[in-house]
Amino acid sequence: MNLNLLAPELSLGVTAVAVILLDLFLGRKWPLVLVSIVGLAVAAAFSAAMWGGEATNAFHNMLVVDSFSLFFKLLLLGIAALVILASVDYVSRFTERQGEYYALILLSTGGMMLLASARELITIFISVELTGIPLYVLAGFLKDPKSSEASLKYLLVGAISSAVSLYGMAMVFGLTGTTFLDEIREAIPTGRAFDNPALLLGIVFMIAGFGFKIAAFPFGLVVPDVYEGSPTTVAAFLSVAKKAAGLAVILRVFNVALGAPLGISLDWAAMFAVLSAISMTFGNLVAIAQTNIKRMLGYSSIAQAGYLMVGLATVTALGRDAVIFFMASYALTNVAAFIAITAISHRIDSDLISDYTGMARRAPLLALALAFCLISLTGIPVTAGFVSKVYIFNAAVQNRLFWLVIVGVINSVISAYYYLRVVKVMYLGEPASAERLPSSWPLRIALFIPTVGVLIVGLLPSPLIQAAQTAAGVFSP
Amino acid sequence: MLSAIVFLPIVSAAIIAIFLNKAKHIKVFSAAITFVAFILSVIVWASYDLGAGGFQLIEKTSWIPQINVQYFLGVDGLSVPLVTLTTLLGFCAVLVSWHIELRPKEYFAWLLVLETSVLGVFTALDFFLFFLFWEIELVPMFMLISNWGSAPPLGRREYSAMKFVIYTIVGSAAMLAGILALYFTAGTFDMTELGQATLVAKLIPLPAIFFLLFFGYAVKLPVFPLHTWLPDAHTDAPTAVSVMLAGVLLKMGGYGMIRICVTILPDVARQWAPWLAAIAVVNIIYGAVVTMKQVDLKRLIAYSSVSHMGYVLLGISALSPIGLTGASLQMFTHGTITGLLFALVGLVYDKTHTRQIPELGGLAHRMPRIAVIFVIAGLASLGLPSMSGFVAELLVFLGTFPVWRVAAIVGALGVVLTAGYILWMIQRVFFGPPVARWERVGDAIAIETVPLVCLVVAIMVIGIYPAIITDVIKSGLGPILLRLG
Repeated sequence: MNLNLLAPELSLGVTAVAVILLDLFLGRKWPLVLVSIVGLAVAAAFSAAMWGGEATNAFHNMLVVDSFSLFFKLLLLGIAALVILASVDYVSRFTERQGEYYALILLSTGGMMLLASARELITIFISVELTGIPLYVLAGFLKDPKSSEASLKYLLVGAISSAVSLYGMAMVFGLTGTTFLDEIREAIPTGRAFDNPALLLGIVFMIAGFGFKIAAFPFGLVVPDVYEGSPTTVAAFLSVAKKAAGLAVILRVFNVALGAPLGISLDWAAMFAVLSAISMTFGNLVAIAQTNIKRMLGYSSIAQAGYLMVGLATVTALGRDAVIFFMASYALTNVAAFIAITAISHRIDSDLISDYTGMARRAPLLALALAFCLISLTGIPVTAGFVSKVYIFNAAVQNRLFWLVIVGVINSVISAYYYLRVVKVMYLGEPASAERLPSSWPLRIALFIPTVGVLIVGLLPSPLIQAAQTAAGVFSP
Repeated sequence: MLSAIVFLPIVSAAIIAIFLNKAKHIKVFSAAITFVAFILSVIVWASYDLGAGGFQLIEKTSWIPQINVQYFLGVDGLSVPLVTLTTLLGFCAVLVSWHIELRPKEYFAWLLVLETSVLGVFTALDFFLFFLFWEIELVPMFMLISNWGSAPPLGRREYSAMKFVIYTIVGSAAMLAGILALYFTAGTFDMTELGQATLVAKLIPLPAIFFLLFFGYAVKLPVFPLHTWLPDAHTDAPTAVSVMLAGVLLKMGGYGMIRICVTILPDVARQWAPWLAAIAVVNIIYGAVVTMKQVDLKRLIAYSSVSHMGYVLLGISALSPIGLTGASLQMFTHGTITGLLFALVGLVYDKTHTRQIPELGGLAHRMPRIAVIFVIAGLASLGLPSMSGFVAELLVFLGTFPVWRVAAIVGALGVVLTAGYILWMIQRVFFGPPVARWERVGDAIAIETVPLVCLVVAIMVIGIYPAIITDVIKSGLGPILLRLG
């Protein structure tokens, strides 16, 4: 029982409990933020200490601590820290439930970290639930009709997708007699998907279940509604952390259990390719019609999941590197965009794009950060988004998926319209009122770090690419 | 040295954004920086060794080793004049913007970022870096046109800015697909290696790669029928941005065609050259004919750009030494001439507050300086000998006539049409009896005259002694022509 391998998750759990308890006694709430951040930092320190070591199994091989899981753990911890810092302002309106808010984020992050480490189907399922349930609650945190609706929708679709993925896992278990991913690979029947209907069903169900988590079409169709209703910081967390965790589990399951050189890998790769093309196109086209900025980012999330799946469709090491790198840059970009929106929408009490008119005059730095992130999402240099798009399309070309690249670049064009529309609205026109928008310094720090990160990755992507390659190297012996 | 020239404007833009607040300081600083950049590029021109040829002033380091991307800058005979053109027009653009009142800080910052982007395109020798610089110009152009352009009812700046971005991004999307396909086929992003390799198609046929890349440059040049963004963007952009747009951004397309399409895939170019010649002629004649019916002065000059860039494509389609030299020279001369024309139109608008030709008339009586320079610019545009336009067009036709006889003859008709619209426009706007409404308009003042004079000097010097530039161009085209065989 090597508990020290689980030190990051355990420290998060301890911190979550500590935050809830402290909330009972403290009148002033800022120590809660401090405790949360310290807890996250401790977990990150534990994770960083394990980086570079050998892959080690824990808990009877149900969990593994390797570069892949450590990369995602560090990414998730970073996202959680940024979201918590950005929430300080926002959460002050919940006088009684602040501790719970932080604790839920910490618990969900812990679940996601376990998800990145899981080597076995049931552990995956447990981690998915541990991730999801706090998020269902967080989505409804505002307790107004919209928020409750978002939470309910999220709960229903989340529960269905978990059930569906569980059914898929059951199919695979039935075929192979084991739930351990590497043993599944040994026992999987050879041949292609149509030779083996049960396996095909299993794979399709798993893609459906996990596809919800990365917001792929059509499983993620509820995502815009959820983003619109839930608190903006929660939407930030959802859009990035849940996607990262979902990606981690997809990569782990599909590359270890069903990976190349099994014939079946060509089939799920083809499925991802098709899903990718549809997600990109659907997400981008519908985003054009949106007037609410959170819904727009929700559809953009579906589209970006499409770009992500381009890398999944390649089944090669280059594709895996590209996907992990894309996820990391998307995480930086999107969390910064949402934090900027949190700051602005919170003060003007509106999420409509038209109410962002002239925002550059009222909040120059916030508007600049948001504009920069939107430019990154479009894929214009010098941003992380540009490098990650070129990198992932390159992986696709190298793997003869040229048609997918054509679809992808056409979609980048379509997305330029709605991303730049927000930039245009912010810089053009006169704002409704001329007063400056205040923002707290934790929020500014939380906005500054990822925005600068986007710029740095855009200029010097090598270190992050190197880290992504190390993480993806786990799958190629 | 090259990195210094390329990054000086953007670093200055950051300085302006962070430190400078007073309009006067910003303008003087920008003018100083662009002037320094111009001097540096003249030094580069002077220090370019014609005997040695090839790429010089190379700066090369590994940047993203995981995908074989290098930070690779260099200039050869083809890019040296274009770099100098960019810095010259950048300087003129700053001077032309001297009277900007609205948010000068952001305006000059964006203008400088734009200059860096174009300089980067002309000096980059790694395809990823080239594409990166190509894309960077999108945001400054979008912001400049939509914020400082002609607002309704005079123009539709938001529409034009978005149109410009969408068209350019479509072209870039095709270009990205082509670049990645090329990387897959050749295994390298290094433009010097690609320029010497013999490519064998792997999965993606070479003509497909050629046309994907060509599409990107065709949107920029622009080639009919992808030109429809140009009249809107040029007309609704603020004067300095029109100068930069017509002067250098369009040249990015021509440069790309020569540096990439013709050099890397010469056989495909040769195979499709007749079609290129045909489209070039359509550009020239269609552009000229549509120009004739324009009543908005700025739109007239914009459409004339479509026509003049047709000469560039015609010269490229000849694939011969004289033709390519003519095309490259036409890029430089058109930059100076049309840059000058847009600057003048901007001045006329500033004084009279209208661009409608029927409303203008007899302006030479009130603004002699502008009128004289406008006439010079107009004559240069229609190719009067002693000015650079003549040399460029002559070389294009001399180069094309042996190869595509009919195209050259029909294209030469374009010169006649150009003379038609230019002279008619000048006559309507400047000559004729004085119009009462313009009784009190002023003439160009000193600071406004400086950029005009700089450009006139450039036009006449090249016109009288073109060897200054054609020698450089020829040395740059040497290796490319060897590839064409």
